[in-house]
Amino acid sequence: MQLRKLVWREMFERKSQLATSFIAILLGIAVVVSIKNITFYSEKAVARELDALGANILVLPKSASVQDYYSADMQSDDIPEEYVTTLTLSDLQGLDNLSPKLSAAVEIGDRRFTLTGILPKSEFQAKAAWQGAGIFARPLEGCGDVADVPDVFKPPVQKTLVRQRVVDDLASDEALIGFDVADLLSLKEGDSIEVLERTFAISAVLPQTGTVDDARVFAHLHAVQEMLGKGPVINAIEIVGCCQEISAGLVEKINKLLPDAKVVTVTQVVDTQVKTNRMMSRLSMVFIGIIILVGVAGIANYMYANVFERRREIGTLMALGASSGLIVRMFLLKGLLLGLAGGIGGFVLGTAMAVILGPRVAGIVVLPMPMLVVLAVGLSVGVALLASCLPARSAARLDPCATFQEV
Amino acid sequence: MLRAEAITKIYDHHKTAVIGLRDATFDIPAGDFVAIVGPSGSGKSTLLLMLGGMLSPTSGRVLLEAHSLYDVSPNRRARLRRGNIGFVFQTFNLVPYLTAQENVQVPLFLASVGEAEQEKRAADLLRRVGLGDRLPHKPSELSVGEQQRVALARVLANDPKIILADEPTGNLDPETSAQIMEFLDELNAEGRTIVTVTHDPRAAQRAKHVMRLVGGAIEENEPASMRPAPLTKDVR
Repeated sequence: MQLRKLVWREMFERKSQLATSFIAILLGIAVVVSIKNITFYSEKAVARELDALGANILVLPKSASVQDYYSADMQSDDIPEEYVTTLTLSDLQGLDNLSPKLSAAVEIGDRRFTLTGILPKSEFQAKAAWQGAGIFARPLEGCGDVADVPDVFKPPVQKTLVRQRVVDDLASDEALIGFDVADLLSLKEGDSIEVLERTFAISAVLPQTGTVDDARVFAHLHAVQEMLGKGPVINAIEIVGCCQEISAGLVEKINKLLPDAKVVTVTQVVDTQVKTNRMMSRLSMVFIGIIILVGVAGIANYMYANVFERRREIGTLMALGASSGLIVRMFLLKGLLLGLAGGIGGFVLGTAMAVILGPRVAGIVVLPMPMLVVLAVGLSVGVALLASCLPARSAARLDPCATFQEV
Repeated sequence: MLRAEAITKIYDHHKTAVIGLRDATFDIPAGDFVAIVGPSGSGKSTLLLMLGGMLSPTSGRVLLEAHSLYDVSPNRRARLRRGNIGFVFQTFNLVPYLTAQENVQVPLFLASVGEAEQEKRAADLLRRVGLGDRLPHKPSELSVGEQQRVALARVLANDPKIILADEPTGNLDPETSAQIMEFLDELNAEGRTIVTVTHDPRAAQRAKHVMRLVGGAIEENEPASMRPAPLTKDVR
């Protein structure tokens, strides 16, 4: 005979009570796991959608305005290129992507376009400390990471190809041209284009975006710097920042790091994501709160009923020499076993619910999150132990007279 | 062995003080066999609980050898009980979901005896009370007489010096009652101290001392042999 055996046998002596209590905690934990799982993938989906809208932080020269940037970032002032290094080497959290740009207005075939110098990924990779920072495409790390979801959120194939080529490599004599440039000048991939008396081979035509990017000619940043004779400068750094970090003061931190630049946020983008994330987070907290209350009440009720039913047995054990500590341990162990079973079962059920209901309810693909087993078991055991504390104490303080009377 | 010094118990029932036991003082020497008799509500069970370290007196002391039971910590009291006292209950109080053998193992488990030793000693004790073939049976599968014998085997598990019995024959037929009383005699003959609450005059007659309680007070406490006749008053 061991305490574990004693508790185990008793639990199965009253199967219906046990089943009711187990189902209550199982369903509660399943709902929490399910909400957490769906919320996680919903946030990622929102992040991805908003990401498509572009950068959410801009580092501009002091004299520039956001309007200048959107009207084709042709402000006359500039900032040193080394700001990119400063940002990349800093310990700032939440910088998901940096994209330095130098733009200037150019005339090609009597039409006015924007020449934009960008830094290809190979340049970032050449410097070990910069690895992880991408260009054009978000590196898919940190808060907006959805890359591991197969066949979900994938951009169109052509776009991916174009991006990959740009991200991976862009030689000093290569250029990418926007949709309008190609259309108006009747250019296609493989043709060449002359800009400021320099000829570039067109390595890709970008898909139509409906933005100023359609009227841009993208070339290597250092080639553009050379053509404009401006030296190692840029006139904008586009940053995709993690929204939580932005709301936690990322902009102020960048401002402090780069005091001679102007740091602005694209507030609509950031606000939307922050609000969405906050709403989802609050919603799941409300559910967790309700589950905890219902769970504590349900298990405490079961435990109190159990103590009442077993008062003669408890009194007998005391008469046989059981200490009050042992009686408390008996009920807490029962709570622990119930919590463990409810937590593991709740995780399995909740994950199944999330995976099945996610696409139907939220329109997103949801994958199992093994780390939620820790939350599920922790919460379940915590709730079960919390709910068992008072009944266990009342059992340990039971009037032993009950042992000697007909109950 | 057991000594009560002016013990009084007052219960508070709905803000009304009810006297359970009044100023009781007596000695129970080692090897004695005491029958506590008296009408219902006279304080018999209260006294037995107090002697067993299960119910603290409102005033007075209960001494088990040199230890004042209610002046030590509850855990020390539980250890003293475990090592010295065995309880026999009127309704046997077996744990319903455990087998006969496991029920006898419970006091051994509480005394931290290893599981293999628990099983061996429990089986030996059950054989001693004639239930060697009923080891895996649950209480619901046993007759009342067998249940009480399991309870007796359980009492003996920790080899107690004192056995406190609350109406041990109250729920039994005359034949089984006689068997149980014979067991108690046998245990007393082994040198154990027996204190039993009883309404049964035949059971009381077997005791060496009879303590009669009326209204929470000890009315008589004398050797059974000095009594002129078996108890006929206030008994069933």
